[in-house]
Amino acid sequence: MIHARGLVQTFTTGRGKEKKAVQAVDGVDLDVSEGEVVGFLGPNGAGKTTTLRMLTTLLKPTAGTATVAGYDVATQPVQVRRSIGYCSQVGSTFSGAYAGDEVVDHGMLYGMSRKDAVAKGQELFDRLQLDGLWRRMPKNMSGGQKRRLDIVMGLIHSPSLVFLDEPTTGLDPQARANLWEHIAGLRTEQGATVFLTTHYLDEADALADRIVIIDRGRIVASDTSDNLKAQVAGDLVDLEVSADEHVVVARDKLGSLAPDVTVEGRHVRGRVSRAGRAVPGLLRDLESSGVALDSIEVARPTLDDVFLTLTGRSLRDAEAAAEGAAEEGGPPGGVPPEAGATPSPTTTATSTGADR
Amino acid sequence: MSTFLRETSIVFNRQLRMNLRNPAWVIIGMLQPVLYLLLFGPLLEPVIGQLGVNQYTWFVPGMLVQLGIFGAFFAGFSLIGEWREGVIEAERVTPASRSALLMGRLGRDLLQLLVQALILVALGLVMGMDWNPGGILLGIVLTILLGGACAAASNAFALTVKSEDVMAPVINLVMMPVLLLSGILLPMSFGAAWLDTLADFMPIRHVVDAVRGAFFGEFDASKMGWGVGWTVLLFGLAVWWGTAVFKRENA
Repeated sequence: MIHARGLVQTFTTGRGKEKKAVQAVDGVDLDVSEGEVVGFLGPNGAGKTTTLRMLTTLLKPTAGTATVAGYDVATQPVQVRRSIGYCSQVGSTFSGAYAGDEVVDHGMLYGMSRKDAVAKGQELFDRLQLDGLWRRMPKNMSGGQKRRLDIVMGLIHSPSLVFLDEPTTGLDPQARANLWEHIAGLRTEQGATVFLTTHYLDEADALADRIVIIDRGRIVASDTSDNLKAQVAGDLVDLEVSADEHVVVARDKLGSLAPDVTVEGRHVRGRVSRAGRAVPGLLRDLESSGVALDSIEVARPTLDDVFLTLTGRSLRDAEAAAEGAAEEGGPPGGVPPEAGATPSPTTTATSTGADR
Repeated sequence: MSTFLRETSIVFNRQLRMNLRNPAWVIIGMLQPVLYLLLFGPLLEPVIGQLGVNQYTWFVPGMLVQLGIFGAFFAGFSLIGEWREGVIEAERVTPASRSALLMGRLGRDLLQLLVQALILVALGLVMGMDWNPGGILLGIVLTILLGGACAAASNAFALTVKSEDVMAPVINLVMMPVLLLSGILLPMSFGAAWLDTLADFMPIRHVVDAVRGAFFGEFDASKMGWGVGWTVLLFGLAVWWGTAVFKRENA
């Protein structure tokens, strides 16, 4: 469905002597098969939206090639547009127009007759739980309803490939969970291939068959969530000892199971392979050595750990850096700073990856 | 119907529907020339009387051109609103022609301008303007074309800067010399010679002269040639610019 080779997008920022080229996307290779749900994960400013805009023909690649639904994005943009649905992160309907009118007009721009567009629109309204909102203006809808309306706009012409750009950004947890169900239904009910960008770890984890991680314009990993997590060496074990004098012993005991152990105050942390089996023995060992614990936490690896392993930074740190860069003047068309990634319990763990 | 016309009519109908939902703006848009006509027109009697012509036949064409320029130049503001809400991007990801996306909007602007022009002319006739149907028709056509040029330019500029804060002062900057050097409010020949000469370099002055001539039933070839020529040229250039901006990647 999508085949991209060496996609590059370079923006120019600043004026006069301040003028400089910014490589927003730096040689992206991408393959997405029919029926796949692919999560395109990365912090703000990583190049997700820019890549997606190139694949949807909204932006011409500076270099590289891409075919989408069998058509070349540079030479056959109209055919690409006929084949895809697109939900942008800023929305797609005018707040002061009736939702039904917006959907029908959008369908007609794809060549549908008014009758077909109305029928398909009403069917989608029912399916995405927007029934009764046909004559309501988007400005009078909730955030979740508006996002579902955007998805209706993207699906009105029954595309075989759907691009969703940050589909749940700004929604409350309940609305997000509800939207996830509908996104999952795109494949099961519509048979559509879905390519979604997100900076929410749990979203990528919950929805995607495969996760492609992008950082600083480059793809750094592409695999299933389980396989990516398996790349991280073990579960994080965090021991909080009851007194400072126990730290050294705890560090030695944990060190016999974990290759890298870090100490921060009374916290001793390390990654232990198959921690579920190893921890009971460790606890007995600590007890026999007279080490008392205030708490113990065992955390399974998360996608943030994967990101940390691959890039040397946590997603949250990368988000903060991107937001700082945006405030100093990022590339045009850049993604505005939004809510941070879902917190991970291991984001303060020792860094095991080299800085890029 | 060709695909282009079909797509243009879809965009036009959508835009018209949104305008009809809020007709107050159409009325507010023409308040300024109507107020000029009602409150400034009577003041002109002793001034225009020196020319030996009906003051309203002289003044209404100027107001018509002013309506065409001012009203249309604000078209870009609604486009920025649509861009901000993602409507433009959603339309640009459909297979619809980029030119149709502009022409549909332009059609809405021109229809709105036509309605406003007819009301203004009707009001002028009530106040005593000479009835010269052929000339009035030509004057309205020229006004519509000039308004189309301004609306297309406004849309192109709006999609380029994407900021009302930039749009507003720039429009004011452009409008002030246009208003002062086009002879819309007073005959340029009443001023100093250098001012009259300077006004000759203002294209809108020639359009105003042509519309005014048409309203008086004086179809002087030179005056009409300059007026019609500038109108068509400005319309062509602005539509070309607008279409180019809609086609541009980052629009």
